[in-house]
This record gives sequence, C-alpha cells and structure tokens, in this order.
Amino acid sequence: MAVGSPTSCQITGTAKIKQAIYSNIADQDMGVKLLLKDAQVEGIRYYDAYRKQGGYTAAEKALKMAPEAIVEEVKKSGLRGRGGAGFPTGMKWSFIAKPEGVPRHLVCNADESEPGTFKDRYLMEFIPHLLIEGLIISSFALGSNATYIYIRGEYAWIPDILEQAIDEAKAHGFLGKNILGTGFDCEIYVQRGAGAYICGEETALIESLEGKRGNPRIKPPFPAVKGVWDRPTVVNNVETLAAVVPIINMGGEEYARIGVGRSTGTKLISACGNINKPGVYEIDMTISVEEFIYSDEYCGGIANGKKLKACIPGGSSVPILPANLLLKTAKGETRMMNYESLSDGGFQTGSMMGSGGFIVLDEDQCVVRHTLTLARFYRHESCGQCSPCREGTGWMEKILKNIEYGRGKSSDIDLLWDIQRKIEGNTICPLGDAAAWPVAAAIRHFRDEFEWHVANPVESQQRNYGLAHYADPLAVAV
Amino acid sequence: MAEEKKLFKVTIDNITVEVEQGTTILQAARMIGGDVAPPAMCYYTSLKGSGGKCRTCLVEVAAGSTADPRPMPKLVASCRTAVMDGMVVKNITSEKVIDARNGVVEFLLINHPLDCPICDQAGECHLQDLSYEHGKEGTRYEFPRRTFEKHNLGPYIQLHMTRCILCYRCVYVADQLTEKREHGILDRGDHAQIATYIEKALDNDFIGNVIDVCPVGALTDRTFRFKNRVWFLKPMDAHRECSKCCGRVTLWNRGDEVYRITARKDQWGEVKEWICNECRFDKKHASDWVIEGPTKVSRHSVISQGHYVGTVKPKETLPEVMGGRDPRLLMDIHSVSKVNKPEVKLSELPGPSTGAVFEKKTDETKALSDKADQASK
Repeated sequence: MAVGSPTSCQITGTAKIKQAIYSNIADQDMGVKLLLKDAQVEGIRYYDAYRKQGGYTAAEKALKMAPEAIVEEVKKSGLRGRGGAGFPTGMKWSFIAKPEGVPRHLVCNADESEPGTFKDRYLMEFIPHLLIEGLIISSFALGSNATYIYIRGEYAWIPDILEQAIDEAKAHGFLGKNILGTGFDCEIYVQRGAGAYICGEETALIESLEGKRGNPRIKPPFPAVKGVWDRPTVVNNVETLAAVVPIINMGGEEYARIGVGRSTGTKLISACGNINKPGVYEIDMTISVEEFIYSDEYCGGIANGKKLKACIPGGSSVPILPANLLLKTAKGETRMMNYESLSDGGFQTGSMMGSGGFIVLDEDQCVVRHTLTLARFYRHESCGQCSPCREGTGWMEKILKNIEYGRGKSSDIDLLWDIQRKIEGNTICPLGDAAAWPVAAAIRHFRDEFEWHVANPVESQQRNYGLAHYADPLAVAV
Repeated sequence: MAEEKKLFKVTIDNITVEVEQGTTILQAARMIGGDVAPPAMCYYTSLKGSGGKCRTCLVEVAAGSTADPRPMPKLVASCRTAVMDGMVVKNITSEKVIDARNGVVEFLLINHPLDCPICDQAGECHLQDLSYEHGKEGTRYEFPRRTFEKHNLGPYIQLHMTRCILCYRCVYVADQLTEKREHGILDRGDHAQIATYIEKALDNDFIGNVIDVCPVGALTDRTFRFKNRVWFLKPMDAHRECSKCCGRVTLWNRGDEVYRITARKDQWGEVKEWICNECRFDKKHASDWVIEGPTKVSRHSVISQGHYVGTVKPKETLPEVMGGRDPRLLMDIHSVSKVNKPEVKLSELPGPSTGAVFEKKTDETKALSDKADQASK
C-alpha cells in the first residue's frame, strides 16, 4: 500500500467514530483531554494555580466516599495500568490482602526508564499536583498511610518539584494527620532510585525501596499479599494514579465512555523519532495510528518528507512493526491507537500498547543498528539474577554487533532467533521477554535486511538498506 | 494422636505422590527420586530464599490443581512453586522443558571457562553433571569468554569468579549462617560478580561452608587446591567433639593422609549439617577424628571408583627396606632401563633410534649413523 499522508476521507472516518461515541461531549474535534488539559496554564506547578483550575476537588469528593466505593468507581471506569502491561487497575486494587493490624502501602512507580517513554516525566514536571491528588485518593481507597513515590535517579530535578508539591498539599491540609477532618492520615515520601531500568519492575522496585539490591523477586507471593516489608502493597504507574483524579471527578461510568471497547479513558503517548513534532500527546484511543503520525495535531508527519519505515508503538520492549502492518492490521482493518487494535494479530502481525513510547523510524534508519542499540541497552540493564537473561542478552548483543559491522554469518540470524526463543518466558521477570521481543520482531519482519547485511558486509557499512521489502512475517515461536 | 495434616496429591511425570501442603514441586519430585527430580543449581533446601535463579529446574504445569485445572502459561521454577492438590507436572515427559533446560545449560556454559581438567571441583561439580545430562555436545558461542582475576578471600578460600554461575548460594550462606555478610554481588548483568568490594578477607567461623555450597569451582578450599583429584580420595565419615559445630564431617583421605574435610552431603549434594572453620581447615590429621566408616557414594559418581569397603591398608614396608628413605618411585630408572642412558643425548641423534644405538657408546653413535647415511646414498 502507498505510504503517505492520510486522505481526507480517512480523517472524516475517524471523526465519525468519535461522533458516535461522544454524542454528549461538545468538543469533538480536539479529542478529550483529561490529564493535560491544564498543562499550559501558567503556574500550574504550584498549588494556587492548580486549585484555581478545580484541583483537589476530586480529593475532597473522594474522602467523603467509602474506600470500597472508590475502588468500585475505578473498576467501573475500566482504567488499565498505564505502565505497560495494561492490567485493569480496579481489579489490582481489589486483590490487595487486608490482614488485621498489618499496614498496607501504595507505591507510585515513577521509575520510567523505558527507552522512548517520557510521559510520566512530563506529568510530574508540569502538573505534579495531579499526581499528588491521585495518590491521596488512591491511598485513601487502599488504606495506605505511608505512600511512596519511587522515582528514577536520572530525573534528578523532579523529586524537588514533587516534594514542593507535597509540602504545599500538606500546608493546605490534604496530607498529614487527619486529612480534611476524616481521620485519615497519609504521608507521601519521595524515594530516588539509583539509575536502574530493572527497578521499574514492581518487585525489584520494592526491593530497591527497602534499601536492597534491585533484583526482582520470584512470584508468587505477589506484592498484593507481600510487598514492601512483607506488607500488602499496590504498585501503580504515575499516569494510572493521575487518571484516578478525573475518574473521581466525572464518575467511573462517564470515564468509561471515553475510548473504545476495553481501552477506556485517555492515554499519554510520548512520540519521538523521525517525526516533525515529538512530544507528549494525550489521545483518547479512538484515533488511528495513521492519523496520529500524520495529522498536524499530533506528530505532524515524518520529518524531512521521508517515508515511514517502521515504528515501535509502545516503548522499546514491544515488537517493532513495519509500516504496512503498523497502519493496517493483517486483516486489512485500520489500526487504531488502543490496547486491542495495537495487539491485534498477536506478535505475529501485531505489537502492544505498552507504556506509550511511540518511536518512529524513517526510511534512512537501519533496523539492524536499531536492534543492536536495544540489545545493548537490555544487556546493560539485565540484573544478572537468572541465567537466560544474564547470559542471553550479552550473547545477542555480540551477534548483532557482528552483523551490524559486517562480520556476520547467515547462520547468525537463525542463532539469534533461537537465543531469543530460549530467553522468552524462561526468566524471573519480564525483562527477559522485553529483551527477546524486539530482536524477535526485527528478525520476523526485517529478515531480508539482516540477510542483506550478512551478504554485503562492505556495502552495509556505507549505506542503509532503505525501505523494507516487507516479506511475510516469520511464524511466532510456539 | 496428632491431627493429620491434609496431604496434596501431585502427579509428576505420570507418577503420583502425596505430599504435605507447602511442599515445592522440586521437593515432591525428589521424593520420587531418580530422573524425575529436576536438576537444581541455585536452590538449596536449607537456605531460605534460595532458588528460582538458575532456571534449570523449570517444569511444565499441565494442570494447576483439581479446583483450577488450567495449565500454567509459562514454565515455572519448580524449586519455588508450591504444589496444589491435583497438580499435574511434566518434567522429563515435556519436550518444552527439555528444550528450555537445554537452552539454560547452554547459557550457563557460554561464559564458563570449561577448565575442568585443572579445576578442583571436577568430579563433584554440579555444572559438570548438569551439562552431561542436559546439555549439548557443542557450543555455538564464538566470542571471548568473560574472565575475572582470582581473589583470595582470606587464608582459606579462593574465589575464581570466571567459573561462577551466580547462584547466590554463598551470599545466602553468609547471610543466614554468619553474623556479618561481607561479600555480595557487585555490578549487574553478565558482568555481575561475587566480591567483597575492596579486597577483604572473609573471616568468620562458618564462612568455610560457602565452599561446600558452591555448585562449581568458583569458591575453593585454599588448603586443598591442586593437592589431589577428588576421585583419588576416599571419603570417610568421621566426627569429633567440637564446641562450635556438630563436628560430623566427611574426611577425604588418600592413604593415611587427610587431604580435606567437608561437611556431610546428602544424595542431592546438599550439606546436611554445617561445620565450623576449625573442623574444616585446622584438623587435618586422622588422629583428630573418630572415624565411623566409609561414606556411601553414589555408584554413578566418579568418586565411587575409589570406594573401598572392607579393604585393609597393607603395611608400609618400603621405608624399612630403603633404610628409612621414603621415595616416591620405587626404582631408579637409569639403573633399570636399558633405554634411558643419560649419556646419550637424544636430541643429537640423527634419525630413528633403535636399541642398537643405545648399546653402543656415545662416540660410536655418530659413526654408526654416518655409515647408515652413506649406505642409503
């Protein structure tokens, strides 16, 4: 199919879908903005401006509700975890064990380290009070008196912003002892990480929070039963917790009307790569991938008028998709920016929503080099606890390096495929899968480019392969 | 009568066994024994929190329980997964498991130096057994292997990180047995290493047990290094009165000499009772010990070739014959052999040498070979 800017008929198509869904929402053209609606307001970082925009009304409302009612409201909203796995948040909250006399904890996972994902940083940097408000509501719903924000060490300046927001909230009676006269106490602590991707995995995060080496724990027991200091714990992403605020404000059912199917509400997408307008966008999951890339409202098309080659739709660990499969599913339907449509076709012809790190590659990009960069990242970030991931990631990087620098053999491609197959699913935590999937998808969809690299060791050092020929994808490993 | 505990029925490789609640799949499989028991490189029954890391004990759960007979989507680490009533587990009957285990063995070996011929652990190395039983005959790894410098952790233990498979057992031993852990894991990923950060001596009464728990030759006994191969030694159960530990050990003898002392191990290679450093390193005389008898060694172990139930050591007469001398070799090779003549310089012989060459005097040899040369021309 021709890859270019979308025709007007396609855009009207999505607008029509929107119209059908949002018959009650006036502003149909711009899409719905819930999290970032006030992001451009001056001084929104501070309490006064945030309060003026209607901030902390959700907290006031929620603290008058019963905690179970809040969980019920979140369940009704259909909110799914925004950190990558997309697990329904209400369900996760209802799993938390409630033994007598044991404190429970809420931990906010702000260790956003996935290459290509930077949505949480934007949220925390510009509207920190949204997160704090979400944390207050969620802590109340879960009965957590000590709530933690675990933030990645590289975000060196953000803990100060958060701590200032916490102080402001405390000064206005939204944190501390006896919040708003309800008798509920809550403290929020900001904990800096030391710069490890693995500490974004919830059990590794808990270990690190406890002051230990950030190695993932073996599950079960799950954090909902034994988490921080062996107490029941819920770990949620920054965006998930921030989304609790509009859910309480507008009601779970109303929130569930936004979006499509099981992809409810809005999602922050951090778009980067070869596009005209990289940045963080809030989408309502009813637009198509094509519209997201080419419309001026979002990415604004491929930079320098180049052609689209491939895209990683959900952060570096999800499978890469070539342009043909990115814009249309294998069945020929338009691929939409939501959980179901992006994973349509499984890993054979689909990908994942992931954490919303949208990385676009134009025709000048080399998929082998790109895969090598990712493999190097995962080799560096593997914690070294379980053997398939510790040894396999390093091995894959070495082979990819050989292929990229013209020293590869054709058997290396099959070997790579076999290594990733033996890592995937056999590790303690999902990092092994995250390391295996990009390699698997690159070989599955761009095998011809790998073979060209092997067959033309000299030429591949001088020029790029260009657009892919889009061979039929290889079968998914069973 | 005590209240009867509820027993869980679990089927592993078509063999059903009844186990107590809370038993892991690995423990249940070990009750059946034989090939059904998955290999375990990092799990150690007596160390709390160990296991789940090496992934060699992966098994397939074909049915979760009677209540929820759905299969588990991924292979699970049998050492850390508790059995449920009615669970159906496939170990050696599952191709998926065999394939995955094969992969894990390959991963464990790609950065292992395979220096078994010079490794003290050879013969009792779990990685050796594992790769013989579950590995492939060749490797597909074509890159330089990761290496580290050797470190002496105090006077008794040497750490050879190159051989380590990062099972964390020694870390748990130090954590749970000794008062202060001074070593741990530094760095991440494939460059992670066991270290004391700045070279520190591990000085603790029970730290010697890290040698016993190490599944490979990464932590070795400095008092035993390169002294002998384990299959030349004869293990003997022995005990002594010790104020610090149980004092029940295995002596590894050759003749009368005690080469090393280890804790007693069960059939899965796990230490039954921890012993102190004094018993392990300082009491290297048979007279320090009350010998109970030969240790039972599995017929499959290479150590069993030195097994000697019921044999008596012959009286040593040689020193008497030699007038107090105790030579390593019985004969004086130059006086016995006709071939070995120090006066014949082998490197100077011009061609293939025969007995005839050696019988002649050295100065005649050259003439002889010259003659032979002329004859051939």
